[in-house]
Amino acid sequence: MIEKQVIIVNNAGLHTRPAAMITKLASRFKSEFYIVKNGVSVNAKSIIGVMTLAAAKGTELTLVFEGEDEIDAAETLTDYFNRGFDEP
Amino acid sequence: MLKSSSNILSGIASAPGLAYSECYVYKKEYLDISKVKILDFEEAKQNLLDALQKSKKELLKVFSLAVDKLGQKRAAIFEAQIMILDDPILIGNILDRMKNELLNPEYIVNDEIAKYQEIMNASDELYMKERSLDLEDIKNRIIKNLQNKKWLSKITGEVIVVTDTLTPADTVIFAKAKVKAFVTDFGGLTSHAAILARSLNIPAVVGLHDATKKIKHGDKIIVDGFNGLVIIEPNDKQIKFYSQKIEKLSLVTSELEKSAYIPAKTLDNKKIELLGNLDLVEEIDLMKKNGAEGIGLVRTEQLFIESMGFPDENEQYLRYTDIAQKLYPYEVVIRIFDTGGDKVLPFDVKEANPFLGWRGVRFLLDNPDLLKTQIMAIQRANQLNNIKLLIPMVTSLNEIRKVKDVINECYKVLQNDGNKNIQKIKIGAMIEIPSAAVMTEEFAEEVDFLSIGTNDLIQFLLAVDRGNDIISSLYQEFHPAVVKTLSYIIKTTKSLNKKVKVSLCGEMAADTLATPLLIGLGLDSFSISPAALPQLKQVILNIDYSEAKDLADKCLKLKTEEEINSELQGFFNTKISNKINNLFEDSNE
Repeated sequence: MIEKQVIIVNNAGLHTRPAAMITKLASRFKSEFYIVKNGVSVNAKSIIGVMTLAAAKGTELTLVFEGEDEIDAAETLTDYFNRGFDEP
Repeated sequence: MLKSSSNILSGIASAPGLAYSECYVYKKEYLDISKVKILDFEEAKQNLLDALQKSKKELLKVFSLAVDKLGQKRAAIFEAQIMILDDPILIGNILDRMKNELLNPEYIVNDEIAKYQEIMNASDELYMKERSLDLEDIKNRIIKNLQNKKWLSKITGEVIVVTDTLTPADTVIFAKAKVKAFVTDFGGLTSHAAILARSLNIPAVVGLHDATKKIKHGDKIIVDGFNGLVIIEPNDKQIKFYSQKIEKLSLVTSELEKSAYIPAKTLDNKKIELLGNLDLVEEIDLMKKNGAEGIGLVRTEQLFIESMGFPDENEQYLRYTDIAQKLYPYEVVIRIFDTGGDKVLPFDVKEANPFLGWRGVRFLLDNPDLLKTQIMAIQRANQLNNIKLLIPMVTSLNEIRKVKDVINECYKVLQNDGNKNIQKIKIGAMIEIPSAAVMTEEFAEEVDFLSIGTNDLIQFLLAVDRGNDIISSLYQEFHPAVVKTLSYIIKTTKSLNKKVKVSLCGEMAADTLATPLLIGLGLDSFSISPAALPQLKQVILNIDYSEAKDLADKCLKLKTEEEINSELQGFFNTKISNKINNLFEDSNE
């Protein structure tokens, strides 16, 4: 299992576009992937679940990965968060 | 007898005919999410999967259309909605619950999605409320598709459909079912229910406001499409009265049909060309039976509905070829997709004013793939050289020129591929926007033919929404401005050195009261719903062109709609009524 701490860095926060991208990226990997905010855990392979995460700029989240390709999954997803979802 | 009875509803007579049958009340807006036990999980599971599939197709249609036009944010929302339909956790939970609790999918879909909506609504973030609405949208879409399937399977036998409003998407359901008449709460003379009814040659009464409230599912009702009446659970006297009328109508109709083989000429031998408008393939037989000399308008939007998405080039090619072959040696005018507005696509792009919005040729030019595919299919289908192309909603010359560029491109490709015997298709423009009417001469220089679309032309000239039954009476065919404009278009075109055909394809062409006026203005080509051909021909056979011309000259000098209407009524009553079988006779006592 891998846990990574991330912070939302883009201005618009975790709105629909990045939410969709996160789920799309997550589905490429076999590993389970959960996003934890304030102790509440959401299955990130569920787009509707990710959409319920209100995460504005500055919010701290924990990304949890578990599975055979967890290293790759962690790297790809964490990177996406850290890049601010490729937005300003 | 009739007026005093309390079981009579009065609305707008929008498609002629009479019907007496059991009714089927179809209330689409009402989404039934009540908890119902299911007996067969596998069947319910399949229904859910089908509904999800259908919802996905609907959304993909929107998504693939010039997504960049909708904006990134909008596009992302559609994409997310499509992804929700495949969400493994959501769908998995719904199916598990259906299996364990043996409850209907509508209830569980509503319940499960509502949970997510609750979380979103509880958030302080503003954008979460917006997301909740997006979830509402997808939730309703799934439930609607679950319900539609039920509706479809329930319409068996010959019934009269009573509904709030008919969307173009409903035509797929109803064209295939054996519907005997339409009765709707909303809509006016040119609403989709009316147009569909005329295509199917069945009566329709629209704009009743509360038909769906007053009529109960299973009630026996009489629909009088001539007088705009609906009689609920008729008494013996009413049944007898109408049974006689129905019998007489069928006799008159079969007599009229015999005139199919007679060419349409006025008493003083002016030849008038009669063409048909085609929506549904089912109409081709009626077209030929009623003596159409070709198709003046193939409305291709129907293909969108039927193929639940973009019809690909081959699908289109097959359809166009079929129509062209069946009508040969007559010509077939194919209008390229006139989507948007009140037409086809389940567009979620909420334009404030879709009539003045992104539709017709402007929409096509923004979607070059769509345009090219269609033109390629039409060009390829032109093997018998009897197909012409018509451009909708043209406002300026450069739109025509750009379409011509695409035609040239496609033609070149075909030539290079070795199809040397196919000729380049001829092109026409719809005159339905005032700017096009004003520039009739310039447009005529650019194309091979013109087709006047009075439905929209009148709307734009008089600033009236035809589907709005509150003001539908302001939609006036005989408004002096309309008469003058039609006169200008027809006379300008005919005065040119270049031979450009001008035809009229709006509902006005089928209005027999307007016929003498239109012929008097010089119009000699009409394209109407095939069901209305016999009546129109009857009128033409019984008028004198020189008298019609005098009538038209007189009307052009009148300043009010009332005066023109009265003049036309007078002409009809004195010169025509006594000569023809009057199908529109009053059935009131």
